[in-house]
Amino acid sequence: MSLDTLKSLQQKLAAKQVSARELATEHLAKIDAANPRINAFITIDRDGALAAADIADRAIAAGNAGPLTGLPIAHKDIFCTEGVLTTCGSKMLGNFVSPYDATVVAKLKAAGVVSLGKTNLDEFAMGSTNESSHFGAVKNPWNLAHVPGGSSGGSAAAVAAGMVPAATGTDTGGSIRQPAGFCGITGIKSTYGTVSRYGMIAYASSLDQGGPMARTAEDCALLLDAMTGFDERDSTSLQRTASTTVAELDRPLDGLRIGLPKEYFGEGLADDVRAAIDAALAELRKLGATTVDVSLPNTRLAIPAYYVIAPAEASSNLSRFDGVRYGHRAAAYKDLAEMYSKSRAEGFGAEVKRRILVGTYVLSHGYYDAYYIKAQQLRRLIAEDFKQALTQCDVIAGPVAPTTAPALGALADDPVQMYLSDIYTIAVNLAGLPALSAPCGFGANGLPVGLQLIGNYFAEGRLLNVAHRFQQATDWHSRQPG
Amino acid sequence: MSLSLDDVQRIARLARLEVSPSEAEATQAKLNGIFDLIAQMQAVDTTGVAPMSHPQDVVQRLRTDAVTESDRREAFQAVAPEAEAGLYLVPKVIE
Repeated sequence: MSLDTLKSLQQKLAAKQVSARELATEHLAKIDAANPRINAFITIDRDGALAAADIADRAIAAGNAGPLTGLPIAHKDIFCTEGVLTTCGSKMLGNFVSPYDATVVAKLKAAGVVSLGKTNLDEFAMGSTNESSHFGAVKNPWNLAHVPGGSSGGSAAAVAAGMVPAATGTDTGGSIRQPAGFCGITGIKSTYGTVSRYGMIAYASSLDQGGPMARTAEDCALLLDAMTGFDERDSTSLQRTASTTVAELDRPLDGLRIGLPKEYFGEGLADDVRAAIDAALAELRKLGATTVDVSLPNTRLAIPAYYVIAPAEASSNLSRFDGVRYGHRAAAYKDLAEMYSKSRAEGFGAEVKRRILVGTYVLSHGYYDAYYIKAQQLRRLIAEDFKQALTQCDVIAGPVAPTTAPALGALADDPVQMYLSDIYTIAVNLAGLPALSAPCGFGANGLPVGLQLIGNYFAEGRLLNVAHRFQQATDWHSRQPG
Repeated sequence: MSLSLDDVQRIARLARLEVSPSEAEATQAKLNGIFDLIAQMQAVDTTGVAPMSHPQDVVQRLRTDAVTESDRREAFQAVAPEAEAGLYLVPKVIE
């Protein structure tokens, strides 16, 4: 079976071999067939999709089509979509039909992209396995007994299972890259501040960043260029024009220096993951790259720093869920204080409550300096590590996660073990750098392995270029689950 | 560091989260595990290191003090648990 990529569907639409309505209908049927097994979607927006497809077909007929017009995708259910249920994987927002579009949603809509629905995620994006969703765990299409990763696990599983050619995701500590790796697809988190956070339900504002997930680096580039750009509605949005990564895809890799941080290849890395990464590096050398050993000495500290900063910001962001303006309100309460505490107790799941409690504590009087300021100082040391390493190389390569996707339930009751599995992804968020995951092989259990590429600020074009060249020389990205 | 059950309830009150006594016990053990992990930070000497809050060290943008949004009160209140006559309804606060 040929691989449905945005690029291939774009060519079929341009050649009038298929209409946008046919593409939407065909993919909605794929979702209907696969979703009961995989649970990748929380909402299927059939009517909205067909209406958007008809608009796209009219634009194509009138000769007004852009490069993305009529292409079907799905949005992670953390992006607000006007008139469509937006749950963030939580009972708290189980009835929330957003009155407005996130900037990312609005930009893609304006580009003619057809959204088929909203994908499942860990509740409020807090998790690495997708098991904390109020709407049930997502299953990994490669092996239904395993997790798809998280928090953008629904998006990753939907793309891997062929339900949609691409989907949006968000990455606060690895939530695009790790599920992309576990599901054998490609996903990129761009430089912090390049993709607007407006309408993207906030978890940890200084780390959250949206991005595309698709089968190929080329498709990610197509979407990323339509998602980036300054947005006055996001106070952390950088005053830069949209990225132009597509133009860089074909650049040769001759002379590319790839840094290999020794901390990413040490104790804790599974042998089968290491073997797949080593083989990918050998392939990149064949394509003209050279490798150089580098060091990121504070890697270990990224986990404690992240698990102070992210919960602190989460406890502040999630204070807006008070049962007054939107979301869940408890049925019975005796006064306003009890209305807040009962609505929040009923609306949030266990992991979200834990992170709110951790965050509340570290921000409370007398502890702020010892925890939050200390973590921000470590954050600076971690960013300096990357700065230093990137003077010796153009990109940094390593694994996305220490193992392939764990079995469902393996980490569900052990938050600390789950946090430790984020070791190779979270430092990138703390530093605010761009990074991607591209499929590069399989582990001993037949589950995919992801190669992580980390670049300097605003080097997403170079990262996608390296992954694109790698994908032209290999076929890992075109493997599909049986 | 080790949080007592009273600490857990105090933090929960600050966070406006009702926590039952049985939940508090389960939460206590997990929070202490998380704080053991976080405690690794304290071993590092960060004297003189400037805290980092935004990767690009940008300054807060200012804009002209002018109306930019249209009035969409009805659409926003349509998703409220309880609203009436343009007002959000909550339990009585002042006796």
